[in-house]
Amino acid sequence: MLSKGLKRKREEEEEKESLAVDALWLDPGHAAVAQAPPAAASSSLFDLSVLKLHHSLQQGEPDLRHLVLVVNTLRRIQASMAPTAALPPVPSPPAAPSMADNLLASSDAALSASMASLLEDLSHIEGLSQVPQPLADEGPPGRSIGGAAPSLGALDLLGPATGCLLDDGLEGLFEDIDTSMYDNELWAPASEGLKTGPEDGPGKEEAPELDEAELDYLMDVLVGTQALERPPGPGR
Amino acid sequence: MFPKFSLRSMFHGAGGGNDIQWCFSQVKGAVDDDVAEADIISTVEFNHSGELLATGDKGGRVVIFQQEQENKIQSHSRGEYNVYSTFQSHEPEFDYLKSLEIEEKINKIRWLPQKNAAQFLLSTNDKTIKLWKISERDKRPEGYNLKEEDGRYRDPTTVTTLRVPVFRPMDLMVEASPRRIFANAHTYHINSISINSDYETYLSADDLRINLWHLEITDRSFNIVDIKPANMEELTEVITAAEFHPNSCNTFVYSSSKGTIRLCDMRASALCDRHSKLFEEPEDPSNRSFFSEIISSISDVKFSHSGRYMMTRDYLSVKIWDLNMENRPVETYQVHEYLRSKLCSLYENDCIFDKFECCWNGSDSVVMTGSYNNFFRMFDRNTKRDITLEASRENNKPRTVLKPRKVCASGKRKKDEISVDSLDFNKKILHTAWHPKENIIAVATTNNLYIFQDKVN
Repeated sequence: MLSKGLKRKREEEEEKESLAVDALWLDPGHAAVAQAPPAAASSSLFDLSVLKLHHSLQQGEPDLRHLVLVVNTLRRIQASMAPTAALPPVPSPPAAPSMADNLLASSDAALSASMASLLEDLSHIEGLSQVPQPLADEGPPGRSIGGAAPSLGALDLLGPATGCLLDDGLEGLFEDIDTSMYDNELWAPASEGLKTGPEDGPGKEEAPELDEAELDYLMDVLVGTQALERPPGPGR
Repeated sequence: MFPKFSLRSMFHGAGGGNDIQWCFSQVKGAVDDDVAEADIISTVEFNHSGELLATGDKGGRVVIFQQEQENKIQSHSRGEYNVYSTFQSHEPEFDYLKSLEIEEKINKIRWLPQKNAAQFLLSTNDKTIKLWKISERDKRPEGYNLKEEDGRYRDPTTVTTLRVPVFRPMDLMVEASPRRIFANAHTYHINSISINSDYETYLSADDLRINLWHLEITDRSFNIVDIKPANMEELTEVITAAEFHPNSCNTFVYSSSKGTIRLCDMRASALCDRHSKLFEEPEDPSNRSFFSEIISSISDVKFSHSGRYMMTRDYLSVKIWDLNMENRPVETYQVHEYLRSKLCSLYENDCIFDKFECCWNGSDSVVMTGSYNNFFRMFDRNTKRDITLEASRENNKPRTVLKPRKVCASGKRKKDEISVDSLDFNKKILHTAWHPKENIIAVATTNNLYIFQDKVN
């Protein structure tokens, strides 16, 4: 779905000049277009909508409002055409709206997948800012943390792999330290939903989530500490 | 609900004592018919005093006009608007991750209220919002010890006396500098920005999300509305516009492509996914068509200055809502009902997706919106009278009273009327603005800005 440097075209209507539309539609006396439309007219509207949908999805970054409105209109047309199944004028009309759905989803999923692979490659390079920003007179030079949030979906796909460059090295370093307290999943990089940037900024919206085993361990530690500290009761 | 047409009042503009006669004042922009794409005006906005008028265009530029101080002797017209500052707000950018160009087109400009000598405005393209400071400089320091007047440094050994530099007057220079850049918070295209009445925060809305920013902080924004479904296949509705309430700093509204408006209270929860109020008018069954949803999509929402009402613009009409009544608007004005029978053609050429804006006058008594053929419409809420005017270079003489226009929907066309089929659908007025205090309006055609004023006797 990626298109290289595709600039959005302004004159989209030029491409649709040749589309034939029934003269019926241009009759000014024809009020509401379709209470009970003729099948032929309905199907030409259907074709027109599918064409628009394809055109919209071919753009690098489709106008979401336009896309959604066309898809919804297509669904309406398809719903009205369903009873007249005698001669389907268009190859598999029921497939089209679901194809539209798939196209809608795949454009985002494909986008996420490509983004994910790109991000993995880029993870060793400093920063995740997508576009170089011009200098602005701001106080503390903050990396735009907000950029991570919208693409969180793609980032989640990355998983733990990218953060563990020093995994083997660390264990060697700490050999002489009693690591029994740290030998649990809580501290392993794999358990955290890491962002791959070198900075974990203050604006990070997701905290690492503890699972049940880790919570149990924590509780044990706390209870164990309290047991040691509990003063002897009367008569004991 | 529909205002009664009064032909008499429409042709004899000044009927009663309160009727305004609109006159041509100025037109800005290129004269030739060949429109350069970068010059297409994409937003128009007066500042809070009305002294400044900003436009944004498709080329990412902002042009600010300033009203001349009224000449008390010449009482027959108000001050003219002249260019005050021009600057490049946004540049085209390349998103390397998606291999896409990010358009530099300015989608919206919003002014901050003036706090000191400088003026501030927010301008936004699809992805990035910028805070610009526009300041005047009319003095410069002269008489440095170590610098010549042309800026070259003097050899310190040649300095035999010392003097204190003094400020001397210079020709007025207006400088625009970007003070904040709010970036990387929107995956989808930004359609609205709105400054809160606390003057410290503002919201930005894209197709699926609304974020809250603090004007001082650029590396963090809070997401307050998120309508993105978990599965994009389920997407059926997008956000089309959003605005803060003019007085209540915890309240904002956002409109959707399905014709609904949601009012949200930020005190209720951090993520305002549940609305406090939902404004929606039930569909008129006699007008149902395949295009019902598209024409119900709201392209603009604006609170009245009082804060008691809000106005929405959909493809064919303008609706006024009382914030206390959710189930239907209190007033509906048909902008170009004659297009209802043409919806299929308008769908074919994509005109049905055009996003018209609307605006209130300073006293909330009249509303205005644009149409095709460079026509624009005004609806007087008190008299229920409406008028159609045209922005055209033919009415070029200053203080020429504009002649009302009429579109002939069907049947015999009268003299001076124009038939629907003769309308030029490439000449659309999407952006209009009304001076906050006076009867001065700014109307943008494709690449020209027209300024009209009421006739001052």
